[in-house]
Amino acid sequence: MNRTAPISGELSRLKEEIYQYAKGYGLDFPETIFEMCDYDTINILAAQGGFPTRYPHWRFGMEYDQMSKQYSYGLQKIYEMVINTEPCYAYLLNVNPTVDQKIVMAHVYGHADFFKNNYWFKHTNKKMMDVMANHATKVRRYMDKYGVSKVESFIDTVLCLDNLLDVNLLYQQGIKSKKKNEEETFIEPEEYDDDDRVQALQTFLRSKRKAEKKAEGEKEPQENDELETFREPEDLPTRDIMGFLMEYAPIKEWQADVIGILREEAYYFLPQRITKIMNEGWASYWHSTIMTQKAMKPNEIIDFCDHHSSVMAMSPSRINPYKIGIELYRDIEYRWNKGMFGKEYLECTNMEIKENWDKNLGLGREKIFEVRKTHNDITFIDEFFTEDFCQRQNLFTYRYNPRTNRNEIETRDFEEIKTKLLLSLTNFGSPVIEIESSNYGNRGELLLRHVHQGVDLDLAHATDTMRNIYAVWKRPVNLATKYDDKEVKFLFDGEELKNMG
Amino acid sequence: MGHPIKRDHSRFKNVIKGKIRENLQKYVAKGEIPVSKGGGTYKIPMPSIETPYFKFGDFQKGGVGQGDGNPEDPIDGGAGEKKPGQGEAGDMEGNKTLEVELSLQELATILGEKLELPKIEPKGKKALESTSEKYTGISSVGPDSLIHFKRSYKEALKRQISLGTYNEASPSIIPVKSDFRYRTSQVKHEFKNSAVVIYMMDVSGSMGDEQKEIVRTESFWINLWLKSQYKDIEIRYIIHDATAKEVDENTFFRTRESGGTLISSALKLCKQIIDENYNPEEWNIYPFHFSDGDNWSTDDTKLCLDILEKDIVPKSNVFCYGQVESRYGSGQFYKDLVSKYGATNPDVILSKIKNKEAILGSIKDFLGKGK
Repeated sequence: MNRTAPISGELSRLKEEIYQYAKGYGLDFPETIFEMCDYDTINILAAQGGFPTRYPHWRFGMEYDQMSKQYSYGLQKIYEMVINTEPCYAYLLNVNPTVDQKIVMAHVYGHADFFKNNYWFKHTNKKMMDVMANHATKVRRYMDKYGVSKVESFIDTVLCLDNLLDVNLLYQQGIKSKKKNEEETFIEPEEYDDDDRVQALQTFLRSKRKAEKKAEGEKEPQENDELETFREPEDLPTRDIMGFLMEYAPIKEWQADVIGILREEAYYFLPQRITKIMNEGWASYWHSTIMTQKAMKPNEIIDFCDHHSSVMAMSPSRINPYKIGIELYRDIEYRWNKGMFGKEYLECTNMEIKENWDKNLGLGREKIFEVRKTHNDITFIDEFFTEDFCQRQNLFTYRYNPRTNRNEIETRDFEEIKTKLLLSLTNFGSPVIEIESSNYGNRGELLLRHVHQGVDLDLAHATDTMRNIYAVWKRPVNLATKYDDKEVKFLFDGEELKNMG
Repeated sequence: MGHPIKRDHSRFKNVIKGKIRENLQKYVAKGEIPVSKGGGTYKIPMPSIETPYFKFGDFQKGGVGQGDGNPEDPIDGGAGEKKPGQGEAGDMEGNKTLEVELSLQELATILGEKLELPKIEPKGKKALESTSEKYTGISSVGPDSLIHFKRSYKEALKRQISLGTYNEASPSIIPVKSDFRYRTSQVKHEFKNSAVVIYMMDVSGSMGDEQKEIVRTESFWINLWLKSQYKDIEIRYIIHDATAKEVDENTFFRTRESGGTLISSALKLCKQIIDENYNPEEWNIYPFHFSDGDNWSTDDTKLCLDILEKDIVPKSNVFCYGQVESRYGSGQFYKDLVSKYGATNPDVILSKIKNKEAILGSIKDFLGKGK
């Protein structure tokens, strides 16, 4: 595919220049390869999550359709795309002016540094391009064998589960992989193993293991599958619902494999979902720093400001992660430069002294490098989002007012803003759903519990999602949640959602 | 270009068409009509094809924003302002209401598939003919300006080879008079079927807004189907209460008249329009009459049946009568038509439209015969 071309000439000279600046600031990133492509290609890549090869599915076509339309109507333009692999690949749009390309390069080095150093990315597969391509091949083979519609509609079913993940698995893996040689565990330790080959082969291994089990006659395909679903696994409750269904649902081998494929990809993208503010903030901090301090020529300043401010723009109804991120890093840097932290500072009640606090520590840069290593969005906000910062950013919370049929400002109270912000980040913005029992009422039914954190579920979507879980689990699905301040249980019995009180 | 995403893209388009087909009933029942974008394409708002997830109820969720203002100030400047400037890759999770553009043909196909409509057999021998000349033939006589050189030299070569005068070492071909071939024109017959649709609507006091909405929606979809079947189509509108007049499309759907109902007035006008403009030998004629079935007198009904019997039915492909149920209508006219023509006459199609949900079924009644 000759859709992308390596950069050359002036651009590769610029790349070298910006590379030197980035290194000079202490950014630590793997080899980064810039490829030039036209808008159609960048739309394709963006539609596929940045990867050149994905399994066939109409959803990518839809994304592509939307991006192409938005681009041709001039609504939205993708400037830059970078994927978390080693070497790190980044795409430049060939119609962008030079100053934009410079910003993008600086921005990309920020991302690359973040991917490499942030703790939550530690176990992501850096050879994901190959893994995705292998997944594509596998799914295509299943399509050849079982029919395109059949496989595609099963993917449709599973896709609606791909936010039912357990964030902690990203973190636990170090522990899990030690158990590797012990008995088979419910969660696949290999998935997060450091050995690339093992990762690429993960789904394959799983198939093989099952096949071996079958060969040993441990279980007759149909009957015993059924029995197994009635056995309550020990590791419940679990939030890794995809993993659970893959392991225990009475489904065909290829279907389990498809779940495995989608699950692996979902976990690959998960760290990006829980570090959106930090990651974009970090990259923006660095494109801004590198450009303003080093790379920019005087005649580029207007274009730079124009571009930068449009990326940083914040609307009244939505938090822009770029903006919040960059401002927080700057705030941290400022505070640690002046020593505005610690017991002494916090307990100081004299506003004037506090205002002019300066201990000349100069620890700012060092601190933000440390922060980008150890935090995710939640801990980042929790620890560094101060009242002072909140006020300076002129933030508020809003709420839908059914009486006036519009969203209205609710309050400017710091605690509430912070709570709301944290809540929206909890569990990467998805409701926390866990499987509490897989043999509910001793009838082999699933019991899901929505861990209610103040916001009710969208019931229409919940119904459709439960329909899909039912399609995989093949037994009724129960959901315990809170609705309108009342504890309720819903039952999806294959036909409709029933309120069981 | 052959990128695999093009396949995903066309799968996506199929998914959309399937979705529209699935939701057609709901869509039609809502009385929504695709917006014509000109150039024969229509825009259809898609319900949603997003993947369902466990997610928070939208309105309750609220969020955090930035800017000036006091509590209880609205923050939505207006619809569609929810984007933060320009985002970067995959940053947007905004509203995904899709608007799909479909051509008339595609939309008609969806309707046809959904209702399993047969293709219309136009009245064959009466089809309008046009002729055009195309230079597709070859002849051995003709003017020099139409010489077909390649064919002429081929003929010459054939002749020389068969006479043994062709010398491969120094190939020279000299055509003589009998070798020359000329292009000739051939007359091509083009069949063009023309159709006229004449809508008649009862706008007497008993036809309320909802009834008119039903007529409007139904006639849109009927037009759509007929347009896809005929290249050349004319649409005429008649409204009537005690008297009838021909109106333009806009008036047809918007007027609210009141007064009594003489259905014969509309049928008379319809007959007049047909007689004056549309020779049934050349035109496929589709009179549609919508009413709540409440005629003024039995005498008038008799007159109506007379006009139908003598003039309109024999001249039309099919006469369609749609009876929209209204609170005030007696529905008598339907019964009168049934007693005259029977409920399943191939030339006179009768359909009762109870409510908006029944629109699709009624369209199928009318068009399902393929006439």
